[in-house]
Amino acid sequence: MTAAQTKVRLATVWLDGCSGCHMSLLDTDERLIALAQHVTVVWGPLVDAKEFPENVDVTLVEGAVSSEEDLHRIRLVRSRTKILVTLGDCAITGNVSAMRNNFGANAVLKRAYLENATLDAQIPRQVIPPLLAIARPVHEFVPVDVFVPGCPPPADLIFSVLGDLLAGKMPNPAAKFG
Amino acid sequence: MSAHSPIRVKTLTIDGRECGAREDQTILEVARENNIFIPTLCNLPGLSNAGACRLCIVEVKGVNKLLPACVTHVSEGMEVTVNSERLAKFRRGILELVFAERNHVCSVCVTNGHCDLQSMALTLGMTHVHFPYRYPRLPVDASHERFVVDHNRCILCSRCVRVCDEIEGAHTWDIMSRGVECRVITDLAQPWGQSESCTGCGKCVQVCPTGALSEKGKSVAEMSKRRQFLPYLTLMREGRR
Repeated sequence: MTAAQTKVRLATVWLDGCSGCHMSLLDTDERLIALAQHVTVVWGPLVDAKEFPENVDVTLVEGAVSSEEDLHRIRLVRSRTKILVTLGDCAITGNVSAMRNNFGANAVLKRAYLENATLDAQIPRQVIPPLLAIARPVHEFVPVDVFVPGCPPPADLIFSVLGDLLAGKMPNPAAKFG
Repeated sequence: MSAHSPIRVKTLTIDGRECGAREDQTILEVARENNIFIPTLCNLPGLSNAGACRLCIVEVKGVNKLLPACVTHVSEGMEVTVNSERLAKFRRGILELVFAERNHVCSVCVTNGHCDLQSMALTLGMTHVHFPYRYPRLPVDASHERFVVDHNRCILCSRCVRVCDEIEGAHTWDIMSRGVECRVITDLAQPWGQSESCTGCGKCVQVCPTGALSEKGKSVAEMSKRRQFLPYLTLMREGRR
């Protein structure tokens, strides 16, 4: 077996979140270099691939399921991932992404694209994926294996979870929401 | 208690440990005296017990239903279980229902990091909520000069109702409606700022376990509660009786 084959195939997915969880992952700083010797990042916001790959060992998911595109993506991700990790409160509870739920998707679109637009105000019907009526946590759509709470989860927590997974252990992170 | 009615002592076991107790004590009080942890949210030493949150449910041998430890008095030979797989599962379920019922967005809450509900989720090992969230649309009343009530964060523990009635003696707070429609109210469901009975003492804000009641001007994570006054006030009043 070559080195590339023994490496863990890691993916990170960004649904409806602020990217803070990804920032927190980057906040593991120089430990990322050591991590890179054990993993291959096969998908993520900065990976130039057209489609989510097959046979992914671990996928970290940031963000709630908010649009039809998110829903399509999380189902594909689940079907191609061995261990699915929800990273942060938006993915686990809906958090800030779900704060629109009690006044509705239309109110959000109206506010963003009509009331606050200064030029050519219109609600986009193409390219931008349609919003679901409400944003929901990931586990309400697909089974989730590990929950890593926090807004964002602290870098040390993410690192210890990844460490456990690389060591073949199932992590059980004890950390607070928020 | 006068000298003519001696205190009766009961013996019981909690998780197999023999405990002695006064007959007027609850299972929760005896457990605490013996350093046995039972999770609670609505209980606050110094206030009466309401049995509102049900987190303190325990098993008592010979009784088929689960009993809330905070309002169940001890009896002779009682065999109590406070830690079991079954209880842990039910307690987590109760806690998850509390989270699902309203909008508890810890990350943007005034009490983030100082919240009894948030820390209870950690204590009971709640990884996520198995029930669908309700996302109700609830009001925030900021009509009071110094305080705010945010119904999104209220867990209906009734600590505010009890402290206002029992300690301050104003009974400004109460609970309106039934079931999922329940809501804490000031006076006759008037805006807090228009309440004639409220003395503005702020005890309700300090005993509130979550961000439902807070001081104005506090931003995210800035509202920590000061509850030191409560045992002191209770003690002083008992001494006067």
